[in-house]
Amino acid sequence: MDIVNIIRNVANKYQAVFYLITVLFFIFGLRLLTSPRTARRGNVVSAVGMLIAITITLMYHGILTYKLIIIGLAIGSIIGAISAYALDLRAIPQYVAILNGFGGAVSALVGVSAFIQKELPKNVTSLHFYSAISVDTFIGTLTFWGSMMAFAKLQGLITERPVVISGKNIINLLLLSISAVSGILLVNDPYNIYYLIGILVSASLLAISLTIAVGGADMPVIIALFISYAGLSASAVGFIYLTHGLIMVGSLVGASGLILTRIMAKAMNRDFYGILLGNITPPEMSKLQGGEDIYAGRIKSTTPEEAVMILEASKKVAIVPGYGLAVAQAQGPVRDLMAELEKDGIEVYFAIHPVAGRMPGHMSVLLAEVDVPYDKLKTLEESNELLPDTDVAIVVGANDVVNPTARYAKDSPLYGMPILDVDKCRSVIVIKRSLSPGFSGVPNPLFANDNTVMIFSDAKPALTELVKEYRELRR
Amino acid sequence: MDPLMAALILFVLALIIGFEVITKVPPILHTPLVVASHAMAAIMVVSAIEAAGTGNTLSARILGFSALLLGTVNVVGGYLIADRMLSMFKGNKRKK
Repeated sequence: MDIVNIIRNVANKYQAVFYLITVLFFIFGLRLLTSPRTARRGNVVSAVGMLIAITITLMYHGILTYKLIIIGLAIGSIIGAISAYALDLRAIPQYVAILNGFGGAVSALVGVSAFIQKELPKNVTSLHFYSAISVDTFIGTLTFWGSMMAFAKLQGLITERPVVISGKNIINLLLLSISAVSGILLVNDPYNIYYLIGILVSASLLAISLTIAVGGADMPVIIALFISYAGLSASAVGFIYLTHGLIMVGSLVGASGLILTRIMAKAMNRDFYGILLGNITPPEMSKLQGGEDIYAGRIKSTTPEEAVMILEASKKVAIVPGYGLAVAQAQGPVRDLMAELEKDGIEVYFAIHPVAGRMPGHMSVLLAEVDVPYDKLKTLEESNELLPDTDVAIVVGANDVVNPTARYAKDSPLYGMPILDVDKCRSVIVIKRSLSPGFSGVPNPLFANDNTVMIFSDAKPALTELVKEYRELRR
Repeated sequence: MDPLMAALILFVLALIIGFEVITKVPPILHTPLVVASHAMAAIMVVSAIEAAGTGNTLSARILGFSALLLGTVNVVGGYLIADRMLSMFKGNKRKK
């Protein structure tokens, strides 16, 4: 009996050490993720760290039955592997929403299971144990339902428009209070399951109420915010059993979510702290109509045939992609255009706004998928340094992120938002179906500039046509 | 030291490390970062394994099993899709 205990004690001690090694692998993996050259290796390093943690857990715990565990690992791995290879990369945001929801569910399920088992680890007080369970089930449930709502919106299962419920703030506050009160009652009386149910139900309703108010344009912010929730829920699980490895990893992931949320909030002109407090509803849509006045008689429409003349005379070309490019499946033609121009020694780069796409970094992945080298992908800051020396900017499927009113029009909802200064290029070619406004609802004076020409067409045929005309011109 | 206090200190220190390392990840890699983060957060499976394997009631085991299943999807799916994306990021190989 003594020997068994000694082995267990030693095992527990080593488990903590191995978890620490896992955390170090994760940190090292993240460090390698700071350069596209080493990123893939970093991901492998991080996966090895995960493997260590799982192996140690499988080996050293007083596990009664392995049957369930093996079945769970096997089925989970198969689903994970198949989904990872079958996924259309345009649907990455939906996939992330599901991963996020699963993360929340895992956290809540572990919390409920801990509540049922009531096996307090030694040196953990009842107050600590049940407080951690309350917080954990709350965050887990909130994350799960919030992510499922985000998924439904991204997938178009429910309307992408923000649904505003009157008295939403009061309802949210009420739901939050119910959760808090249930949590306190649960800590006092851990044998009453109704308090746990109180947390689960109010957190679910709160998640729905918060996310239904979010519009499609704000989804990148939500996705980023949920990552930090996923991290927090991992930490919360760690706090239940005082598993230090989980606490640290959750915290790392939480930090990554917060950073991305801040970047997205800044890029979209939203208040970061407001978002953290659940105020994700966009500001009042602009009542500025009058697009016709700005555009009247000043729009120059052109054809790909004429547009290639502008390209032929240029030395440096910027391509500004928006999500419209991906919707139109025009990444291939845009890559071909780049290749054709480069054959003639024209320098081409992609100017990528942080919110081009439906989640942070989405556009880079979509362009990398069609073999655009990563050194051609320029960030907002890099692009704005290059744009004044650029001869032609080709804007495809982007609108608000190139709207110069963000720089000067104080009454515009875009005012203060960082934009790509394509109006500083010598000439601008805009490929767009119509003059309809972007998510902000604001007309874009860029379209009416003297050095702007418009090609009114879908992105794919227009770009294919451009490539064809350019080839013919050069022949 | 109070074990809870020690845990809180770890939480805060890891948060700071996270901020330091992750601010250096360039915007073009933010999507793979997000997916890899989710895979890492799914380290929760270790608790799910314990819940599924040591559960003394059927309901606790079922809950643990469900958590293990979903968590494994996150780990495997997250790392594989991050790898798939990262394999696409190529430098500008000059053909001569």
